[in-house]
Amino acid sequence: MSGATGDDSNDAVLVAEATARVAGAASLDDLSALESELLGKKSTLAVAQRSLAALSLEAKREAGQRLQAVRKQIEAIVAERRAMLEEVARAERLAADRLDLTEVRDVPWRGHLHLVQRTRDELEDVFVGMGFAVAEGPEVETDWYNFEALNMPPAHPARGMWDTLYLDLGEPETVVLRTHTSPVQIRLMQAKFPPIYAVMPGRCYRRDTPDARHIPTFNQIEGLVIDRGISFADMAGTIEAFTTAYFGPDIHSRLRPSYFPFTEPSAEFEVTCTICGGDGCRTCSHTGWIELGGCGMVDPAVLAAVGLDDEMWSGFAFGFGIDRCAQMRHEIPDMRVLLENDVRLLRQI
Amino acid sequence: MLVPLSWLRDFAPFEGDPKFLAETLDDLGLVVEGVKHVGEGLEDVVVARVLEINAIAGADKIRQVMVDAGGEALSVVCGAWNFAVDDLVPLAPVGAVLPGNFAIARRKMKGVTSNGMLCSGRELELTEDHDGILVLGKAGESGAPVPGERLVDALGIVPDVVFDIAVEANRPDAWCMAGVARDLAARLRLPFTIAVPPEPVHNESATEAVSIAVVDDDLCPRFTARVLTGIEVTASPDWVARRLTLAGMRPINNVVDASNYVMLELGQPTHPYDLDQVAGHGLRIRAARPGETVTTLDGMERRMGERAIVPSDDRRDCVICDGNDVAIGIGGVMGGESSEISATTTRVLLEAAYFTPMAIARTTKRLGIRSEASARFERGCDPEGIDRAALRLCQILSLTAGPQFRVDPETIDVRGPVPKATNVRVRTARVNAMLGSDLDDGAVTGYLERIEFRCQVAGPGQIDVTVPTFRPDTSREIDVIEEVARHHSYSALPRRRPAAPQVGHLTPYQKERRLVRSVVAGLGAHEAWTPALLAPGDHGRAGMGDDGVKVANPLTPDESVLRRSILPGMVKALAFNAARRQDDMRLFEIGHVFPPPDEERIKRAFARTGETVIDEREMLAVAFAGPGDDARTAAGAWMALAEAIGVDDVDFIQSSGGDSGDSVPGGLHPSRAARLVMGGSDQKQGEAWAGRGTMIGVVGEVDPGVLAAFEVDAERQRVGWLEVDLDFLLNTAHRRQEVVTAVSRFPSSDVDLAFVVDDAITAADVAKTLRGAGGELLEAVTPFDVYRGSGLPVGTRSLAFRLRFCALDHTLTDAEVGELRRCCIEAVEQAHHAQLRA
Repeated sequence: MSGATGDDSNDAVLVAEATARVAGAASLDDLSALESELLGKKSTLAVAQRSLAALSLEAKREAGQRLQAVRKQIEAIVAERRAMLEEVARAERLAADRLDLTEVRDVPWRGHLHLVQRTRDELEDVFVGMGFAVAEGPEVETDWYNFEALNMPPAHPARGMWDTLYLDLGEPETVVLRTHTSPVQIRLMQAKFPPIYAVMPGRCYRRDTPDARHIPTFNQIEGLVIDRGISFADMAGTIEAFTTAYFGPDIHSRLRPSYFPFTEPSAEFEVTCTICGGDGCRTCSHTGWIELGGCGMVDPAVLAAVGLDDEMWSGFAFGFGIDRCAQMRHEIPDMRVLLENDVRLLRQI
Repeated sequence: MLVPLSWLRDFAPFEGDPKFLAETLDDLGLVVEGVKHVGEGLEDVVVARVLEINAIAGADKIRQVMVDAGGEALSVVCGAWNFAVDDLVPLAPVGAVLPGNFAIARRKMKGVTSNGMLCSGRELELTEDHDGILVLGKAGESGAPVPGERLVDALGIVPDVVFDIAVEANRPDAWCMAGVARDLAARLRLPFTIAVPPEPVHNESATEAVSIAVVDDDLCPRFTARVLTGIEVTASPDWVARRLTLAGMRPINNVVDASNYVMLELGQPTHPYDLDQVAGHGLRIRAARPGETVTTLDGMERRMGERAIVPSDDRRDCVICDGNDVAIGIGGVMGGESSEISATTTRVLLEAAYFTPMAIARTTKRLGIRSEASARFERGCDPEGIDRAALRLCQILSLTAGPQFRVDPETIDVRGPVPKATNVRVRTARVNAMLGSDLDDGAVTGYLERIEFRCQVAGPGQIDVTVPTFRPDTSREIDVIEEVARHHSYSALPRRRPAAPQVGHLTPYQKERRLVRSVVAGLGAHEAWTPALLAPGDHGRAGMGDDGVKVANPLTPDESVLRRSILPGMVKALAFNAARRQDDMRLFEIGHVFPPPDEERIKRAFARTGETVIDEREMLAVAFAGPGDDARTAAGAWMALAEAIGVDDVDFIQSSGGDSGDSVPGGLHPSRAARLVMGGSDQKQGEAWAGRGTMIGVVGEVDPGVLAAFEVDAERQRVGWLEVDLDFLLNTAHRRQEVVTAVSRFPSSDVDLAFVVDDAITAADVAKTLRGAGGELLEAVTPFDVYRGSGLPVGTRSLAFRLRFCALDHTLTDAEVGELRRCCIEAVEQAHHAQLRA
């Protein structure tokens, strides 16, 4: 390498040679070895740079600058090659990492809320949005709360409207599994002076043989409003507002006279059939309407039972089945499945 | 109640589309559950005479019938065999459309043309019979129809519409044709009249002295009796029989039919006795003596006055006795067998009475017997409608009872405390306040007078209303307001929404319960809904002892015991799923459980002051039956839940077994169960546990024996269990303050420590000691290893914790960390006789 300190053409050869060799480096390890061979302490270039010490100041600067330029060029070539090889290695590494993302084994468990409970939540939310509170009460009641305070004295024929399950407590037929959520009305009025705006959801029990539309344990939601100047018009408007809010803007409500001992006037309320939209179908017996629940103005006898003056206070109550809403909403053909807890059903909603 | 439109038309000229009438009835609260068109679709059916019957080659079920239907002989193929040549039968010719839109076309069967169809009674919707062709008679018999005559003419069939109306319990007045017609006519503004029956033909003088004595007139406030003589018991006129059939009653004979007819028409039950079978020439109406028996019309022997529904109950049943004081019928409920009308009856004692509704209701409930009459009496009949009903019965009976039929001139009428027409002051302003309407006095009186409520305007806005005796449901102003609303129409009333003075809200408890549900669902559990009623012995099988509160009248024994825990029902749900090859799952439920109450509590509940009969507890129960689940899964879930709701003062207290007195919670694995005990001294309720606070629940594993008892495979699957009393947890829980603690900006230092600890010492206790010793600078204690085995004494294990130290205001020096480490080691060694593991 006599020409190490030689001329430009020699430099060009050096660079060209290095370029060719670097291009031939197949791996990062090869490249590192080559780098040390080309630029390390024992490299031709290093030797040449060290040999400059013997030259004159002028020559040293000139040759030094030239050799430094060569070093820079080779360094750049190596760096470029290294970057390229690193990219290839990274790509290979990641390619080897490839996953089939549908090959999932450990799906995190996600539980589901019961669809009746979800329906109850949704109904509660609608009424909370309308300014109601949510109240609850016991499932075991005395005859007084379940019947008598609701204007049904013992042996009242209207008690036959509910097939009652009695408990072996106290005198015979005095302790019941509540047949409706209405006793919570009484408890609420006993506990709180009006105004009252509340809904009362909960489990109820009837001695009914189960069929596709009835189960002996069921969930009902009851509403009660007691305030000054409350009228039938307020009740009809509240029910309509609930109907459109829960079922949708195309579903409306209508009231027709009915009988409950604890309300007067009493009404049955129906909503537009959600299956046919009111055109008439088998579900609604071609009437376009589906019966949902009962309602009425709180009977003065009920107000009297809790010591409220019916000239000062008036109010309305309404009640309907939560399960029935769930059945309509989720198109459940047979209610009895709600109590089976088949996990294939539970995890659907 | 089945209501033929033709019958309604006796009272008012109803016209128009039956669908409109049905909608109007609906809007009045007389809910139409069905509308049936009868006698329609028969216009094309003619009478045909069977000329010959020929076999068809290759067919053994059908034959060719040649008939004369008033023209050329027609060939018809028929599959029925119940008729013969010369019989007269109905023929639906080609082109006829039968009820149910059944169109008749020309067909060819086995090469024989059938020009129509011979019809059964059911195909014509005239009878229920479908066993053969309806045979109308024999050709040539007197009165027989002529071939070719229209069937409707031959049988006198008038098309009719029958409404099936559900009458509410408070409307006895509407439980008859006249009552339905009254309401409907009022709404449609049609004239309504009930014709006054003519005076019957009387005997010149009474033929029989009959005595009537009402002993207990509070049970029977009005009793009338008439003696009818010269009766021929025979069939009713066709139109009576047809109307009864349309209304769903079977015609029997002219006497019984007349009684039923009047009940359906006017709502007043009556009872005809065969006078010659009534001993002692009279009737005594009195309360039955306990144990007295009557054999009723249906042949059943009934024992009176025995079973009280409740001890305070009035157990007097009203019986009708003969003149010798022998009970021969149950007043207002059912007559007796002995005095039943028979073919030989000639003299009838006709009872038309008013019985006290509550007395009838008690008797029917006690005896478990119901009749058309009792159903009406218990709702309340019209005490002033009795005479009209009796006269109407005589009128109808006179049509068929024969020329000798007479009614004795004397009517016996025993009146006691008969309900009177009530007078009610109705304020128009009150009407409008209750209904949100804007009616004036005239509108209110208009609605009321059309349903026979007499109105007198006493002053502006003040109306005195006399309620007719046929409306026992109406006695107060509010009841009259309902009538105004009904006749104004509910759908014509305005609608508005009241402005609640409060902001709608859930209580904190209700909000947190929703949080609990989302957290538990987030832990992979599906929400279940298991029955609160269990089978007897379920608690025992679940290791939970006695059954507790029982249902007195269960529908099935499997649902006769109120649950004291959710565990039995939940394990049943697991078993139900396992039987359907659904094994791996977690289930949870939030629901009430019912600990048996003591006598004192029951007494307090009857004070009507809000105390409940049972101290019902709302519980959260979670069953962990996923792959690898066990007690630790349940314990971990509890920790996640406690963290979510911010409870940090609940300890696990595990039974130490043996004679230590702290028994294992029922139904759980003896060495894998702990009580959850909430600390604090202000716990007033609940079971105190080991002097350390209130027990709020249990955590652990279901006893494998319990799983096996409910047929869940305990070999295959451990079931983790968590049951928490939400009333305690959410209402009385000590909450961490919801204030954020600042986090340090300086680096932290970790120290790993492993201790050899006796098995009796819980990891939680060691962690607690570490926390105490580490003080404020200890940021976190994380258990990271448990080791048992070689190198450690039997009955001990190594528990390893990582402690992370950090100061808010500086980086901890090695010296500081060293000192903290030393304190922690010392504390654990001293508190738990533990040894630092090298």
